[in-house]
Amino acid sequence: MVDPRRTSSAQWAERWLGLNVGSDIALANAVAREILAAGLQNREFIENATSGFEEFRAHVQKYTLEHAEKTCGVPAETIRELAHGYARAGRAQICWTLGITEHRNGVDNVLALINLALLTGHVGRYGSGLNPLRGQNNVQGGGDMGALPDRLPGFQHVENDELRGKFERAWGVKIPAQRGWHLSGMFDAMERGQLKALYVIGENPAHSESDQHRTQKLLEGLDILVVQDTLMTRTAEMAEVVFPAAAGWCESDGTVTNSERRVQRVRKALAPPAGVRDDIEILCALARAMGKDLGQPSAEELWNELRALSPMHAGMSYARLANAQGLQWPCYDETHPGEQYLHGRLWERPVIGPLAPFSCVEDVPPADALDEEYPVRLTTGRRLDSYNTGVQSSRYASPGRREETLDISAEDGKAWGVVEGERVRVLSRRGAVEAPVRFDAGLRAGLAFLTFHFPEQVATNELTVDAVDPKSGTSEFKATAVRIEKISGAAKG
Amino acid sequence: MSVQKAPDLKNPLPRGPLPVFPPERMAKTIEITLDGRKVTVAEGTTLLEAARSAGIDTPTLCFLETLTPVNVCRICVVEVEGSRALVPACSRKAEAGMAVRTDSERVRLSRRLVLELLASSVDVSTAPQIQEYMRRYGAKPERFGAAGHAETVAQPVKIDNELYVRDYAKCILCYKCVEACGVDAQNTFAIAVAGRGFGARISTEYNVPLPDSACVYCGNCIGVCPTGALMFRSEHGMRKAGDWDETRQTRTDTICPYCGVGCTLTVHTQDEKIVKVTSPLEQPITRGNLCIKGRFGWEWINQK
Amino acid sequence: MDLHFTNAAATPEEKAAIDAVVERNGGEAPRRSLLLAVLHAIQNRAGWISPGALNYACGLLGVPPAEGFGVADFYALFSTREQAPAVAHICDDVACRARGAEKLCVEMEKEHGPAGTNCDGKMWRRSPCLGMCERAPAAFVTVAGPQATEQALGAAHAADIEAALQGKRFPAGGAGASAPQWGQKAEQGRLKLLRRVGQTNPDSIEAFRDAGGFAALERALALGPAAVLAEVIESKLAGRGGAAFPTGLKWKSAREGAAPRYLVCNADESEPGTFKDRVLMEGDPFALVEAMIIAGFAAGCERGYIYLRGEYPEARRQLERAIRECSKHGFLGGNILGKSLRFEIEVCIGAGAYICGEETALLNSIEGRRGEPRNKPPFPTQAGLFGRPTVINNVETLLNIPHIVLEGGKAFAGTGTERSTGTKLFCLSGHVARPGVYEAPFGITLRELLEMAGGIGGTGKLQAVLVGGAAGAFLAPGELDTPLTFEGLRGAGAALGSAVVIPLDDSVDLRDVLLGIGGFFRDESCGQCVPCRVGTVRQEEILRRLAAGKPMGSVASELAVLKEVGQVMRDASICGLGQTASSAVESALSKFAIFKGRT
Repeated sequence: MVDPRRTSSAQWAERWLGLNVGSDIALANAVAREILAAGLQNREFIENATSGFEEFRAHVQKYTLEHAEKTCGVPAETIRELAHGYARAGRAQICWTLGITEHRNGVDNVLALINLALLTGHVGRYGSGLNPLRGQNNVQGGGDMGALPDRLPGFQHVENDELRGKFERAWGVKIPAQRGWHLSGMFDAMERGQLKALYVIGENPAHSESDQHRTQKLLEGLDILVVQDTLMTRTAEMAEVVFPAAAGWCESDGTVTNSERRVQRVRKALAPPAGVRDDIEILCALARAMGKDLGQPSAEELWNELRALSPMHAGMSYARLANAQGLQWPCYDETHPGEQYLHGRLWERPVIGPLAPFSCVEDVPPADALDEEYPVRLTTGRRLDSYNTGVQSSRYASPGRREETLDISAEDGKAWGVVEGERVRVLSRRGAVEAPVRFDAGLRAGLAFLTFHFPEQVATNELTVDAVDPKSGTSEFKATAVRIEKISGAAKG
Repeated sequence: MSVQKAPDLKNPLPRGPLPVFPPERMAKTIEITLDGRKVTVAEGTTLLEAARSAGIDTPTLCFLETLTPVNVCRICVVEVEGSRALVPACSRKAEAGMAVRTDSERVRLSRRLVLELLASSVDVSTAPQIQEYMRRYGAKPERFGAAGHAETVAQPVKIDNELYVRDYAKCILCYKCVEACGVDAQNTFAIAVAGRGFGARISTEYNVPLPDSACVYCGNCIGVCPTGALMFRSEHGMRKAGDWDETRQTRTDTICPYCGVGCTLTVHTQDEKIVKVTSPLEQPITRGNLCIKGRFGWEWINQK
Repeated sequence: MDLHFTNAAATPEEKAAIDAVVERNGGEAPRRSLLLAVLHAIQNRAGWISPGALNYACGLLGVPPAEGFGVADFYALFSTREQAPAVAHICDDVACRARGAEKLCVEMEKEHGPAGTNCDGKMWRRSPCLGMCERAPAAFVTVAGPQATEQALGAAHAADIEAALQGKRFPAGGAGASAPQWGQKAEQGRLKLLRRVGQTNPDSIEAFRDAGGFAALERALALGPAAVLAEVIESKLAGRGGAAFPTGLKWKSAREGAAPRYLVCNADESEPGTFKDRVLMEGDPFALVEAMIIAGFAAGCERGYIYLRGEYPEARRQLERAIRECSKHGFLGGNILGKSLRFEIEVCIGAGAYICGEETALLNSIEGRRGEPRNKPPFPTQAGLFGRPTVINNVETLLNIPHIVLEGGKAFAGTGTERSTGTKLFCLSGHVARPGVYEAPFGITLRELLEMAGGIGGTGKLQAVLVGGAAGAFLAPGELDTPLTFEGLRGAGAALGSAVVIPLDDSVDLRDVLLGIGGFFRDESCGQCVPCRVGTVRQEEILRRLAAGKPMGSVASELAVLKEVGQVMRDASICGLGQTASSAVESALSKFAIFKGRT
């Protein structure tokens, strides 16, 4: 278990590597170097299925265990154990969540992990692989459906003329041939005055984006903000037009895709309240108002249109999805069982398609550096009974839910002269919030933790940095430099 | 940062081979006699599975496909030739040549008595399955006497949190909740069996209220409880008010709106309100288990 | 694991007591298996298991506190509620009842108020059989504190009990004195199992060796494990704990499984009326150690456990001393008698649970769990202690082993009958002239045995004989010529069980005896399976109504329901406890007209 915090999962783990926030590449590269030094790499797989190995080998030479111990704060011996354990395992998986991706070099973090799977051949086989665990029930499905700046449904690249042409012929429209902006790119475009109208469906960026002051200022500066959501979120409150929408999971029909690429049916269990409409209905009505009649398609009709255009979804009829309790893409035709794991092609000899490339990525510390003024590393995350900005989850009475607290180690608490329950001020280079202190045995000195579940109570994202990964557009939510001040007394920390 | 050129993602990757799964171990088949009929089953099959595959309906209370058999309720007992006592079908594995009777007089007597012993000591009013078995086996728990004659586990309902109640007057001590809270699902270990004999009961340490215990409110104990001893507070309240009416309820399978695991939720609605959420055992992802958000986090829909 | 604890904290005294146990036991066994020992330490120090102490213990041992509580709450000698630190457990079981236990209870109540109430730091309660039946009435007195004491008192008087509650230490009762030997002194030479008891100083390893000790071990090592096993199989030795399973086959089966394997000596002698194993352990402790080393050698076990009932403090002292001495003299440890043989013995102390005499409940108890029996199969020889192949033998069974090794299996089988070989220890108590443990070859009749013990005591007029304890059956005066063998008693619709023989004179009200037995099973059911958990309660309720002459419906209908309850307990219970919970009641009802109006 690799996590700066000693979480419940870490308590269960055989070993816990409590690395410094943002030192993931130093760790992964050191693991790679150790695997190579011990001769534990899968030579056959590397030779036949990968490219760029020699450069990679040279690249990781400087990532010694000692270097990693210094950078990550994890004993060299434990890193060595991890390297040997992973390389020797018959089957091994790497699973990760936002601790890897919510960094300004989140994509590089992922590439560093991919390197390890390529080095050992723990990919493309039953029980092995790389698993990003998704935080939302349909974040994968959103990508599947083309809610990405450069993709059409089924991950078909918008800049591929042939693929784009297929959609243009089916839809009878011209599709812009260049990729668009990802989320943080849109905010940059707002800042530049290039983006003046925003239509937000089922998202609460006013609370969920980093550097909240900037976010809200930019949203306020739009010519028009349209929000379509199930509840009156902070973002909706700022909008000129709000479309009340049915809850996707119980007031309308459709599909979602989970972390393991399983497309699953959601079904309407309740009629939405008066005045609230299904997303499809809203979009079609909007189209009609804009002069294009899309008819009144059912969710299944739209799904079948997708199946006709996206080969990876072609075999997934509603009937099959219901019978099989969901199918994992790719599923090319109605006889195809769906695929429990991907990349089996890398084990064909010769490999089918392109080789899998090693990536030479360097360790880069978090953008929001610690210094004398801001010496404490704040990282953000979730708590079990709550969900994101709390729009839905704050409305049920969880017996385990506490008010939002600034979690710190008891050691720091003692050093700063604060006691549990005492309200303190947390300041970053962008903003300040107040929160009561709670001591968490899972945190070590110098590390603090907040969630953004209760934005009305503690606006955590007023603190976070808008340093963005240029490849993914994701902000570095996981690493903020802060200082803690006693509210009555002088600055401490 | 990255010095490597990213692969050309504009072209789709070609189709690879279908996934290959480790071969299932070929189980030897053995022959047993079930109620006089020769039946062939795979080695390792339990008598319960064998009976079910032969179309013989064997009653169970403490057994659940997703939990380790504890064989404590003894309602599934069958007669195995050569065995002095009856054996629990749920956990006893078939052996070659075994002759099994699933509906002999002895078996019927044991099942009837187990039901009578339970129903004379426990409130089974919200356990339709037990009531159905009682009809099937002609159980008459009143033979042991009315209140005052026969000791019962009657006790006040425990209501110590907003999400679910524990009415141990309805507990038949099937151990399912303990298993679901422990290694069979949640690994939280908030509850265990305490006491002994007729005083044995499900309890937190020193009977502390749930909010002081390790409980994480996944409600997986509710999901496996066969008697309604563990119940959503919403259902408990509606039943008390006389508003609970399953004939007016609809069940719809959908997917949890929270994280990316993709648990199936069966949404129970009555009068256009969600009244509870369960999850089917057959769902391939968490086999009927949910977390606090999936099981209880739907209140906002009713508040809209 | 990720454990959650309440805020309750242990006192420094509790912590010290817990730490001492954990530090003493740094072995390779799972830490959880220290739970019972730790709970004993807390109970002995504080007089109860407090939430803070339990939290601390569970944290050290990696046990979820709810489970730890479930374990503590299971055993009668642990209290999860604050109670008086000094407790007198007064046996009111069949044998003690026949010799004045009720009178003693009345005196206790007069002095200390109702059972279970704290009276100036002292309290008393009723107890199931304490295994001191030959010196009835018996009491077991525990005093918690920095200098905790645990004492078993025979022929107990209220004054002695009071003194013990105040911390007075009595000299350990000489075991020999309580173990009348087979017949007269002239017959000493014919004793096998009892030959050293009361004759050889149990404290001294030299005395043991001078009296022939370790000769069998030396011979076993010379023969080799396969030959020893072959001799045991040939001896047809059957288990003496009650189930009478062939010992050799058990060893063979365990040996076929993969190492590590374990040997467990079942010394949880709790069947009411049984005390033979206590006499052996108190009077000849080295013999058990020797027998276990041989058994471990032959069955391929490197580690042995003795699970001793908590009410036997003297046997514990003797065994622990014997184990220490044997380790010191190279009979235990890594290099036994200079051979590359490794064997170690650990003593686990039970905490007041009859069910733990059931072998799989016993295993769970050693593992630090509730004493709930496991479902069989798998049998312990396949998956026993910590999931490993395990041999479980009763104390008396094991003590036959040295004799088999020395005289050979064939010669051993020459004693007794064809199907019940060797000699047997019988526990005589109740209305008999000279209560005690008697050793006789299998095949002796009940009449001969009673004569050996001086005949019927009390009024001198025999009403019934309870054979086999609470789980046994009653024999009528007309059945005295029944041979005491496994097969002979089965023929009489009874079972030898642990060889309890309790004659009752005509002054005894059998209704009281049956109510006592009914109450015993209700109290001692572990509660796991429905037939036993509820069935024992219903059985007792019906007996109570019948004894009070207030049947629900008619006597006949009550008896019919009772019979059905008995059958379902026998047919559908998980373990032997439930399966035999109705046998004494049913045998009494079939032989004696106990309840008026019976049809």
